[in-house]
Amino acid sequence: MIPAPFEYVAPTSVEEALQALSEHGDDAKVMAGGQSLLPVLRMRLNAPEWVIDLGRIDSMRGIRDDGDAIVIGATTTHHDVLNDALVKEHALLITKAATEVADAQIRHRGTFGGALAHADPAGDLGAPALALGAEFVIVGPGGTRTVAADDFFVDLFETAIGEDELLTEVRIPKHTGWGAHYEKFVRVAHQWPIVAVAATVKADGGTISEARVGLTNMGSTPLRAGGVEEALAGAAASEDGVREAAEKAVDGTNPPSDLNGSAEYRKHLAKVLTRRAVAAAAGG
Amino acid sequence: MTAVDDRPAISPEIGKDRRRKEDQRLITGRTRWTDNIALPGMLHLAMVRSPHAHAKILSIDIEAADKSLNIYEVFTGEHLAETQGVIANAWPITPDQVTPTHLPMATERVAFAGEIVAVVVARSAAEARDAAELVDVEYELLPAVLDLKEAAEDTVLAHPDLGTNKTAFWQLDSAGQGTGRPIDEVIAEARADGIVIEREYRQQRLIPAFMEPRSVVVDPTGEQITMWSATQIPHITRFLLAATTGVPESKIRVIAPDVGGGFGGKLQTTPEEWITWAVARKIGKPCKYTETRSESLISAHHGRDPWQKLTLAATKEGRVTGLKVDLLADLGAYVGVVGGGVPVLGAWMFNAIYKWDAYQFNCTPVLTNKTWVDAYRGAGRPEATYAVERLMDELAAEVGKDPLEVREMNWIKHEEFPFTTVAGMTYDSGNYEAATARAKEMFGYDALRAEQKQRRESGDRVQLGIGISTFTEMCGLAPSRVLGSLNYGAGGWEHATIRMLPTGKVEVITGASAHGQGHETAFSQIVADRLGVPFEDVEILHGDTQVSHKGLDTYGSRSLVVGGEALVLAADKVIEKAKPLAAHLLEANVDDLEFSNGRYSVAGTDQGMGIGEVALATFAAHNYPEGMEPGIDAEATYDPVNFSFPHGTHLCAAEVDTETGQVKLRKYVCVDDIGNIVNPLIVAGQVHGGLVQGIAQALWEEAVYDDSGTLVSGSFVDYLLPTAADTISFEIDHTTSPSTSNTLGTKGVGEAGTIASTPAVVNAIVDAIRQFGINDIQMPCTPERVWTALQGAGSGAATVEDAMPHFEAEEGQQ
Ligand SMILES: Cc1cc2nc3c(=O)[nH]c(=O)nc-3n(C[C@H](O)[C@H](O)[C@H](O)COP(=O)(O)OP(=O)(O)OC[C@H]3O[C@@H](n4cnc5c(N)ncnc54)[C@H](O)[C@@H]3O)c2cc1C
Repeated sequence: MIPAPFEYVAPTSVEEALQALSEHGDDAKVMAGGQSLLPVLRMRLNAPEWVIDLGRIDSMRGIRDDGDAIVIGATTTHHDVLNDALVKEHALLITKAATEVADAQIRHRGTFGGALAHADPAGDLGAPALALGAEFVIVGPGGTRTVAADDFFVDLFETAIGEDELLTEVRIPKHTGWGAHYEKFVRVAHQWPIVAVAATVKADGGTISEARVGLTNMGSTPLRAGGVEEALAGAAASEDGVREAAEKAVDGTNPPSDLNGSAEYRKHLAKVLTRRAVAAAAGG
Repeated sequence: MTAVDDRPAISPEIGKDRRRKEDQRLITGRTRWTDNIALPGMLHLAMVRSPHAHAKILSIDIEAADKSLNIYEVFTGEHLAETQGVIANAWPITPDQVTPTHLPMATERVAFAGEIVAVVVARSAAEARDAAELVDVEYELLPAVLDLKEAAEDTVLAHPDLGTNKTAFWQLDSAGQGTGRPIDEVIAEARADGIVIEREYRQQRLIPAFMEPRSVVVDPTGEQITMWSATQIPHITRFLLAATTGVPESKIRVIAPDVGGGFGGKLQTTPEEWITWAVARKIGKPCKYTETRSESLISAHHGRDPWQKLTLAATKEGRVTGLKVDLLADLGAYVGVVGGGVPVLGAWMFNAIYKWDAYQFNCTPVLTNKTWVDAYRGAGRPEATYAVERLMDELAAEVGKDPLEVREMNWIKHEEFPFTTVAGMTYDSGNYEAATARAKEMFGYDALRAEQKQRRESGDRVQLGIGISTFTEMCGLAPSRVLGSLNYGAGGWEHATIRMLPTGKVEVITGASAHGQGHETAFSQIVADRLGVPFEDVEILHGDTQVSHKGLDTYGSRSLVVGGEALVLAADKVIEKAKPLAAHLLEANVDDLEFSNGRYSVAGTDQGMGIGEVALATFAAHNYPEGMEPGIDAEATYDPVNFSFPHGTHLCAAEVDTETGQVKLRKYVCVDDIGNIVNPLIVAGQVHGGLVQGIAQALWEEAVYDDSGTLVSGSFVDYLLPTAADTISFEIDHTTSPSTSNTLGTKGVGEAGTIASTPAVVNAIVDAIRQFGINDIQMPCTPERVWTALQGAGSGAATVEDAMPHFEAEEGQQ
């Protein structure tokens, strides 16, 4: 598993990184935790001439409170995200999903921004980010822009980040006090989800007032289960109470068929898991 | 009180749960894996492999590769020509077996995706890999035969020149060999007035997936050519190198240094070894090749992969009268070292612990254009055990009795041992009643049955199933004469040498070449007891044919039951050899000497001397009897008189989520009878690891090919190996029926867990959902398969032959 030869540069600021990107353009890949990029290189599925390592840019790492949102630096590791008190308090869904990513070794190296930029439809963080209405801060030669979650995920492994741009941080609107659950369906523990459902709900006295639901691996991008969300408003916070709403989880999905399950099976799972995730998030 | 009696009694080593003496070194990185070896001037190899399952090689352009940085040479099969030798099959199961010639490097045609067509030799492994990408091979695609049943029809041929895909037909017939009645008669009787159960079971293709990838270093610069290899079989490798490459055996030294697991997957002589051998000899420089995990998964041999057609005949009450087995076994593209012998090893085990009137086993090993298949932990016996233990559950369901009751009705009673089975094997000892009683008690069998009933009645979303496997197996390969009668290419003896060093230390050399089993510890315990020396003073040497010149290596749960007995014989010879010298030094009569706890003492006196003192006296050789040689070292070769027949009762409780099809293990209890136990800790390790491997077959592992013959489950992302997080805590115990065919009373344990656990798990799953009219789930029992069966859509939903694309090349980037 030896990658093809490449040049390596490790800038210490976002500006330097952008500079390197603009110099090498097409021939360069940025590397965050390397947990997706390095396997690609080692299996020789890709052979960039330059690897730009973001690991030494301190400003891209860390989590901060920013009024009505919390901000997660792109190179913050999964491990740091899932252990962070701010995240837990204001975006419990992220904590729950980050806990489910891969295994401990990978969580110590892989990063929040790297996972989202990689845009694997089976990645565990896309659906929660989408459900929580995250905003993606992207920096490029033309300056900084903010992209809404709905516009960030474009297709399989494709996001709104341009070739000469970097994702620097992700703003997550606070959902303080919302219950949350990430229901991940796997055959073995260290696997990507076959299907997963990210649900966060605001419940008052046994009734759901608001809900956000995201689906993992039910299409070429993470999906928002809008129909489910609407139908959940006013539903009882129990499995039976959300059963009917959960049936809408398959609307507009186009899941893959692979070794771990056919599209038809995934559609079935999406309904069952949505019911379970929402009920668990609502404490039902 | 005599001096002898004053010494503290030595507590026997055998039976102690000694921590493994090799582990401190291994887990602190003081290891000598083959890939760690670096020799002066050593070059590195990278293989160019066919991406096609079946193709003619039209041309190979090596120019670009040859001209790249630091490339020493590039060789194709044509360049290596006859210096590369051939990869041998050591067990032609019939005299007229159809065996394709297996060249280490293909010259004209490739027969599976992963076959080697060229090798690049470079100054570094990275440069070799880079240049390998530049070798340009032009192929003409040939039709590939991938499906086993289709292959058996011979419409598309894996090797067109052979005229057939069927390598042999091998039969064991109880009527023919006089150990039972004609099977067809028994089946006809059951059809008329009894029960006939007909099933077809599929054993999916598995990948041994040892932890250390294969690696080989060849140094041609000395008088002997030395090969280091991550192999289970250094002795067999040496023999076959000599036999197929024309180098005299005396000029060959093979070393298996620390080897990180094998599970049968390293019981092979490999194209990679042979090519490295040929290249190193050709260029006269040390060469190393270490495979990547991806290469390992596509090119190291795979395991299992038969279709079993089974017809079980029984009386209405549930007494089995006979079984007919028609088996197709996928061998892949070539016949490996054991090859068709693997399914044949199962022939004696379909009747398991039961007493039947008739039995017939028909086996056709078939070639396909996929990775070759050979021994994998259990080799033949897991397949047989799976079939019979699944069928016993089916029979119980048919007669409406508890599956344990039906088994008891059919099994060999304790007082009936030794017992000659319908397949013609004589089991020396066993106690199925005792193992089952203990397992039931540990399991809480009745309480779980009650819970199962309650969940059924309440229509619980999660249903509970109880799976049983009362397995036996034959291991301890093997009596040489039996192997000879089966046409096997070697014997089954094992060799040991004991060297008594002057300082009192003992060097033990075994021909059983360990690769993670803990031989160093268990063998030290045996020798320490026998010679009465401290455990710490015993050093076990193995795996280097210049040190251990004679041996048949480690597989088939043979090391202890065969290799251990060789140690006992050698130790006894040392004791006998040293006796006259001890008598001489003690000025006593030989006949008055007694040996115990490491000391010779003169009967009725307080005179005595330790065996270490005798060793020192031998070294000095100042004073020894006339006519005796000054040496007390000894060697011995032990040829077993029978196989070893461990058995056990395994009980598994599994929960099936009927909404998703997800299976969760709830409880697993096993009580294995493996005779006397030398080291309970090592045994527990073998049992736990074996169980996980067998459970993984039931639930997770599957080598899947797409319709062009590409291995889709070609990385650990898609070939699902379990980790500790996926298993539960096992509850294990033992009953003890010592083997009567060896002095230590031991039976093999290396494969037991793997053999027993697979049917226990599948039986549990089927038991949980039989109420919905389901009587089988094809392995691996994926959630989707279980769910599909619950929808009434059959038990064997095909696996979609596509992997998740986590690491796909990004668009426009390749
Ligand atoms: C065995 C294994 C199992 C895994 N299981 C799971 C799982 O169960 N669930 C899951 O969600 N993930 C899983 N992963 C993936 C893991 O979460 C990775 O950490 C993640 O996908 C990529 O993060 P990274 O920081 O390692 O990114 P890298 O691998 O460094 O980069 C990934 C891609 O994103 C780009 N990129 C990275 N950072 C930026 C940035 N700031 N701006 C622009 N582009 C950027 C890179 O150029 C590259 O194309 C698994 C990985 C492995 C190896």
